[in-house]
Amino acid sequence: MRALTDRSAGQIESFRPKRFSARYGIDPFLLVLLVALMGLGLAILYSASGQNTEMVIRQGIHCLVGFAAMIALTFVRRDIIYQLTPIIFTVAALLLLSVLLFGTGAKGAQRWLDLPGLPRFQPSELMKLALPAMVAWWLTRHPLPPRPLDVLIAFIMVALPVGLIAIQPDLGTSILIAASGFFVLFLAGLSWKLLGSLVALGLAALPVLWTVMHDYQRRRVMTLFDPTSDPLGAGWNTMQAMTALGSGGVDGKGFMAGTQAQLKFLPESHTDFIVAVIGEEFGFVGMAILITLYALILGRALVLTARADHSFGRLLSGSITLTFFIYVFVNIGMVSGILPVVGVPLPLVSYGGTSVVSLLIGFGLLMAMQRSNRVLSGE
Amino acid sequence: MQYNHPRTERILTTQRVIIASLGCLALLILVFGRLVWLQIIEHDRFVTASERNRLQVVPVAPPRGLIRDRQGILLADNRPELRLVMIPEESAELTTVLDAIDKRIGLTGDERAQFYNRLQSRRRPYDQVVVKTQLSDQDAAIIAVEGHRFPELQFDATPRREYSFGHLTAHAVGYLGRINSNELQNVPETRYAATDVYGKLGVERAHELTLHGNVGLERVEANARGRIMRVMSRDDPTPGTDLTIHLDIGLQAKAYEILNGRRGAIVAMDPKTGGILALVSQPTFDANQFTRGISSSAYQVLQSDLDLPLFNRALQGQYPPGSTIKPMLGLVGLDLGVVKWSDRIQDPGFFQLPGMERRYRDWKRWGHGTVDLAKAVIESCDTYFYEMAVESGIDRLSPAMGLFGFGQTVGQDVLGDGSGVLPSRAWKRAQHRQAWFPGETVIAGIGQGYWTTTPIQLAMATTALANRGTLMAPQFVQGLDPVSRTIDLATPADWERMAREMERVLHSPGGTAAGAGKDAAYRMAGKTGTAQVAGLGQDEEYDAENTPEHLRDHALFVGFAPATEPSLVLAIILENAGSGGSQAAPVFRAMSDYWVLERQQGTLPPDMAWVRRIDAQLQRVDDQ
Repeated sequence: MRALTDRSAGQIESFRPKRFSARYGIDPFLLVLLVALMGLGLAILYSASGQNTEMVIRQGIHCLVGFAAMIALTFVRRDIIYQLTPIIFTVAALLLLSVLLFGTGAKGAQRWLDLPGLPRFQPSELMKLALPAMVAWWLTRHPLPPRPLDVLIAFIMVALPVGLIAIQPDLGTSILIAASGFFVLFLAGLSWKLLGSLVALGLAALPVLWTVMHDYQRRRVMTLFDPTSDPLGAGWNTMQAMTALGSGGVDGKGFMAGTQAQLKFLPESHTDFIVAVIGEEFGFVGMAILITLYALILGRALVLTARADHSFGRLLSGSITLTFFIYVFVNIGMVSGILPVVGVPLPLVSYGGTSVVSLLIGFGLLMAMQRSNRVLSGE
Repeated sequence: MQYNHPRTERILTTQRVIIASLGCLALLILVFGRLVWLQIIEHDRFVTASERNRLQVVPVAPPRGLIRDRQGILLADNRPELRLVMIPEESAELTTVLDAIDKRIGLTGDERAQFYNRLQSRRRPYDQVVVKTQLSDQDAAIIAVEGHRFPELQFDATPRREYSFGHLTAHAVGYLGRINSNELQNVPETRYAATDVYGKLGVERAHELTLHGNVGLERVEANARGRIMRVMSRDDPTPGTDLTIHLDIGLQAKAYEILNGRRGAIVAMDPKTGGILALVSQPTFDANQFTRGISSSAYQVLQSDLDLPLFNRALQGQYPPGSTIKPMLGLVGLDLGVVKWSDRIQDPGFFQLPGMERRYRDWKRWGHGTVDLAKAVIESCDTYFYEMAVESGIDRLSPAMGLFGFGQTVGQDVLGDGSGVLPSRAWKRAQHRQAWFPGETVIAGIGQGYWTTTPIQLAMATTALANRGTLMAPQFVQGLDPVSRTIDLATPADWERMAREMERVLHSPGGTAAGAGKDAAYRMAGKTGTAQVAGLGQDEEYDAENTPEHLRDHALFVGFAPATEPSLVLAIILENAGSGGSQAAPVFRAMSDYWVLERQQGTLPPDMAWVRRIDAQLQRVDDQ
C-alpha cells in the first residue's frame, strides 16, 4: 500500500493520508459542485412549478435528506460496504420480485412498493446502486481483467434485475440499470472483442426489442424521427420542449418569463422536462452553465474514481459516475429531441425525492470509496 | 477483501476510465451541437412557434341591437346570463361532477342530456361545454364556494337575448337560435367569428345583419389549455344597430286578449306608412325558450302540438279570402266597365252558367232580391259577384286583382310569408296541367275555389281601400322608405264610394257586420268573409253543428278605422270559427275600439301592467 510504504513506521500522524477526501471521505470540490447544482435546481423549480414555494421547500428537504445520507455514508467503512454488497443485492432482487407480485401501480405500471412503516418507494432505485456494487464485488474477487466465466456470471447478475424491471414495465430504468452493470464490466477491462460482439448483439436485438415494446413506447420512438407526426399526442412533449429550448435563444427569456413553461405548453415542466425551462428562461448561456456544472461533476468524480486505491472502489465509483452522466445525457437528449421520450429525470434538478436521495447516496458511496485503506485495514 | 491492487489492474481501470471520459466528452459535444442548432441556428423558427402558441386572436361578439316597439317599449334586450361551464378534459369523473352539481343546485335529466349532446358535438379540446344555464347568483355562490373541489367548472357570463313579452312577440319579432351551417354560409364569416346565434324568424331574421353589428378582436395570451391569461390589445366590436319597429305592444296584447285562445291570425297595419302595428298568430309560444336553449322534450311538445304553435298563421297561413275581397272585386268590375253602381240584378239565391245545370248558391238560401253593387257589398251577395266575375272573365279579373298584391309574397322586411294563390288560367296550367273551367271563374268571384291569401296579404290589400287607391306594402321596421303602389281606376271617386259602402257593412241595418258596428262612437269600415274549408255538394247544406271542427268555415274580416282618415287596417281570421259577421267582426270592433278610443289612435301609451298580464296568460301549461 502506497499510504504505508510512503511513510515511515512509528509516525502515527504519517499514517493519516494527506488528502482531505482520503482522510474523511468527503471531497470538498465535488461537494461544492453538487450544492451549486442543487441550488440552481431549486431556483429553476421555483419558476417551473409556477412559483410553488411549497414544492420548492419539499424538494429542498429532499436535497437535505439526500445530503445527510451522503455525508453519513462517507463515514461507513468501505469494507463494510463491500461485505454488505451481496446481502443488499439479494434484498433488492427480492423486493423487485415482490413488486411484481404485490406492487401498486401508477400510470399502468407496477413500480412502487408499499411496505408497512416505510415510505412508499421503488425497489428499482435500490437496485440502481446494488447492481453495480454486486458486479464490482463479483469481478474483484479475482484479479482483473475478469475471466470469461466471471463475465458470464456477471451478465446473469445484470440480466436478472433488468428483466424484472423491464416487465414492470419501466424500460428506461431497466436500460439504465443494465448500463450501470455494463459500466462495471467495461471498467473492469472487458475485452474489446467481447465488447464488439456485445454491441453487435445489441444492434441485432433492436428489432426484437421493437416487437416487445408497448405501443406507447413505439410511438415515442417514432416521434423522435418526426415529432410532427403526432403533434397532439406523443410528439407534443418533444415539440413543445424543442420550442421552449429553441425560443430561449442565446440569453433566454428571463427568469420566470418563459412563456412555454409558464403558460403550461411545456409538459412535465417541473419533473422530466425541467431542462427545457432552463433553456427557455436562461437560453444557451444557461444551458452551457448547467452542462458545464455536470461536466465538472463528471470530471471530478472520474478523477476520484481513478484515485480510489482498490479495484472494487474504482469499479463502483466509475459506474456510479458514468450512470449519473448517462442520466444527464438521456434526459437532455430526450428534451432536445435526439432521444425518445423515456421517463428519466434530470439528476439533482428535476422534482422528486427518490431520485435526489438515491443519486446523493450514490455520491456518498463514491466518496466512501475514497477513504484510505489505512483506516480500513486496521493494520 | 483484496486490498492488493496490482499495478496492472490500476493501469487497466485507469485506461478504461480515460476511454469512458472520452466517450462522455463525445456525448457532451453531441448535446452542445444540438443546443447550438436549437437555440442559435433555428432560434427564429422556434420563437415563431412559441409566439404562435402563446398569442391568440380572439374574436369578440358585438352586442346585438335592441328592438323597441313604436312607443319605445323594449321588446328584445340582451341580459347577462350566468352559465356554468365545464372543461371536460380537466375532469376525471364527469358523472361524479354532474351528480355533485345536482346535489347542490339541481340538474334536471334534460339538462344532463343537453350537456352530453353538446359534449358529443364537434368541439376543440379544452373548449368549454355548457352544463347549466340561467344560474341564479345564489346557485353561482354555492358552486363558487366549493370551486377548489371542481377545477373543471367555470362560470361564464354571456349576454342572452331576452324578449320582454316572449309570447306576445314570438311570431312578429322572432327569436334567436343557434346558428347553423347554412346560415353561416350566408353571412360574412369573419363578422360572425364570435357569434353563435342567428335570427330565426321575424324581425330578428329579416334585420339580422343590422342587429348583429361587427366583430371585435382581442389579442390575448393564452395558456396551453386555451385559458386566457392576459389581454394584450383589443379592437372593440361595433354594436348592432337598435331597431324601432312599428309594432304596438298594446295592440298586440289586445289581439291576443280578444282571441282568447282561439286559433287564428290578426294583422294590423298603419295605412299611412304600411307599418305593421300588430302581427298575431294564435297559438303562440315563448320565444325566450329558444334563447335559453330549449330542451328537446319541450321542443317536441311544441312540434307535435296539433294546433301548430310554431306555425306563423299571419304570414304562412293560406286561407280562402272568401267575401273579404268583394270590395276589391267590385272596384275591378267597375273599372272594367262590367258593372256600374246603378246596375241591378235579381238574385234568386243561386247563379247558373248559361246552358249548365249546376247552381252556384248564395249564402242566403232565398236570395237578396234586387241587388246593386252597394247592396252586394253590404249584404255580401254572392250571386251578384258570380255574375260579375263571369262577365269580367278570369283573364281580366286575375291581373286586376294582382294589383292588390294577391299571389305574391309581400316583400320588404317580411320574410317567410306565403304567396297564396291568385287563380288564373296560366297558374292552373302550371300547377295542375289542366284547362280552366268556366265554373272556376264563378267561385273565384266570391274568393273561393283556388283562391288563397295570407292574412298579411289581406291587410296589405285593405290598405288600398283605406287609402282610397294607395296600396302600402307592410314593413316591420321604422325608418325604412315606405313602399306604395297607386292603383288607378277609371273613376277615382269609386274608391271613396266603396269605402262608404264598407262603412255600411257595419253601420247599416242590413250590413253583415251590423251587430259588430252597433252603438259605435265613431265610424269604421270593413268587409266580412266566411271561407269554406270543405267543398259542398250541389244540394248539400252547410251544417256547422255536424261538421268536424277542422272542416268548419273560417271566419274572416278585413277593415279599417276610423272610416275617414283611417289609422288602423286590420285583417282577421279565426280558424274554423264560423261566420265572419258573427265571429270575426266583433274582434275587429274590439281591436278598433281599443285603438281608436282607448289609445286615441295610438297616441296614448298602453297599460303595461295589463300587457304583462296578457303575456303571462299566454304561458302554456306545458312550458316551464
